[in-house]
Amino acid sequence: MMFAVAAAGLIIPMLMALARGLMGPTLYDRVLAGNSFGTKTVLLIAVLGFIGGRPDFLDIALLYALMNFVGTIAILKFFRYRNLGIAGDAENGNGNGGAT
Amino acid sequence: MQLLIDILSWGFILAGVFFVFTGTLGMLRLPDFYTRLHGAGITDTLGTELLLIAMMLQAGWSLVTVKLAMISLFIFFTSPTATHALANAANAVGLRPFGVPAKDLEPGKREKR
Amino acid sequence: MGHILSLGASLAAFWMLLSGSISLDHKLVLGFGVASLVLSIWLAVRMDRIDGTPVSVNLRPSLIRYWIWLAKEIGKANIDVAKIVLSPKMEISPRMIRVKATQKTDVGITTFANSITLTPGTVSVDIDNDEILVHAITDEMAQGLLESDMDARVTAVEAKIR
Repeated sequence: MMFAVAAAGLIIPMLMALARGLMGPTLYDRVLAGNSFGTKTVLLIAVLGFIGGRPDFLDIALLYALMNFVGTIAILKFFRYRNLGIAGDAENGNGNGGAT
Repeated sequence: MQLLIDILSWGFILAGVFFVFTGTLGMLRLPDFYTRLHGAGITDTLGTELLLIAMMLQAGWSLVTVKLAMISLFIFFTSPTATHALANAANAVGLRPFGVPAKDLEPGKREKR
Repeated sequence: MGHILSLGASLAAFWMLLSGSISLDHKLVLGFGVASLVLSIWLAVRMDRIDGTPVSVNLRPSLIRYWIWLAKEIGKANIDVAKIVLSPKMEISPRMIRVKATQKTDVGITTFANSITLTPGTVSVDIDNDEILVHAITDEMAQGLLESDMDARVTAVEAKIR
């Protein structure tokens, strides 16, 4: 019961995040919505593991958290440099000096 | 004892769901990208951690709790990094923030990017 | 060499924790564990050569105390932002301010910038040298950050760890 409430309380915000992702209007709004959706998905997977009594779901949740973070950073890097292979410029601390 | 843990978990779950909902509502309602980041921040910090604490209470002392603690630590460290990366990327392409007084946006103050 | 050994030991403990078994029956799983351990250490050594700061864990009491203080700040700021979002009129007055960071190491500045971002209502947007560009959702939040002693606290913790 407790976790059913938590699941319902996560699915509604997920739909809202999806709406923000569809509305945009800028690329960054969409990436933010995707990242937020992913965070809620991690929680939902963990909650579903509790509902079904399957603790191994937590490994999936951990992995999803990892993928969500790396995915967000990779998308941002791609849209800034149009290239994933480029190395950031560590010299001036904000990682964008070398790519113009 | 079990009753006390259940009551506590209920409290944490309801509070967590409330903050997750509020944060997402902020993401929908607030007027521009930079302010929406603050809304998403509520979800990522308080909402997530409260829900994970509730699950830890239900799991008791076991491997499950350790894994939940790991998820919570991981989100605690990565969510500000992702938020900063987003804000920085938007700022780097010169996305104008909504409603910020012009004196904050003088060229001299934003030159380096 | 010492820090490679300690890194290896903690990674092995971490792997056992995640896999949940230390039995020698599953030779294949154990093999994967050993392979990933060696790969991780190789990657860490390779990164050290570029970065120059070895991977280390510094859990000191002062750091724990800072985290507890930060958790309280996060809680307070969350309630403030939640109030703004839930109020029908949403009275926001966004600001972009510059905050001086007095930390000396990269880790210190990262900690400070991450703490700013973790506190809802303020997001660090850009960092150049010792100034952090911060977006705040209201004027009060911006003033609150300028007046708070977060910077001094991070610097104090940094000085103890180094």
